[in-house]
Amino acid sequence: MAEIPMEHGLIVAGLLFATGMVGVIVRRNIFFILLSIEMMLNAAGLAFVVAGARWAQADGQVMFIFILAMAAAEVSVGLALVLQLYNRFKTVDVDAASEMRG
Amino acid sequence: MNILFYLAAVVAVVAAVMVITRLNAVHALLYMIVSLLALALVFYTLGAPFVAALEIIIYAGAIMVLFVFVVMMLNLGEAATAQELIWLNPHAWRGPALLALVLVALLVYTLGGNGRFLPATIISPKQVSLTLFGPYLLGVELASFLLLAGLVGAHHLGKRDG
Repeated sequence: MAEIPMEHGLIVAGLLFATGMVGVIVRRNIFFILLSIEMMLNAAGLAFVVAGARWAQADGQVMFIFILAMAAAEVSVGLALVLQLYNRFKTVDVDAASEMRG
Repeated sequence: MNILFYLAAVVAVVAAVMVITRLNAVHALLYMIVSLLALALVFYTLGAPFVAALEIIIYAGAIMVLFVFVVMMLNLGEAATAQELIWLNPHAWRGPALLALVLVALLVYTLGGNGRFLPATIISPKQVSLTLFGPYLLGVELASFLLLAGLVGAHHLGKRDG
């Protein structure tokens, strides 16, 4: 059975990353923004694992483990911030938090 | 093995597109979990069974569950609780069910192959851990710093005022 070309794996990672990026830009609900950020992190992790598989080294998986730990820490702090946003503005619309007036 | 990769990749991308286009937060979370499961299958086909298991256990099993908890806690549909019943029609289930069926079919097909579908080069968990606690030991310590900081920050930010 043939190896999967690295380019195809990277294309999948790129598609996922682009999808997450569009989600961050388009959505106003903070949950969807956080979810899209998680999708982008996943895409980056996939790129690392693809690269590690290309050279048959464990480093790609090691980087993915670090990304996993980082995503866990980021999600817990991010969701705590979402709770603060909701308690303060009574909405999850990020456009409501505009007191600094850009 | 190749068809496994491409099908799982298609499922992952389609589920990702569905995540960002849903109106209901819980639907989007369910599609995200489907996408993560498909990505775990992709990792397996790339010869990375360890991160495939980690992806399911930690990402879909802990991080997404945290999302679900907070969404349920904030009760985002509270302005239209009666409308939720209207929204809860069978059409909402067709998409995730179809994608999950594709994944189940792939899983059954793989398991029924008597080891024919193993990837060409597998990087075992032992290799990963030897590398992780060998050259990348500093990164492990830094990750524990980060997790501690995240824990303290989340605890502080999650407290109610007063």
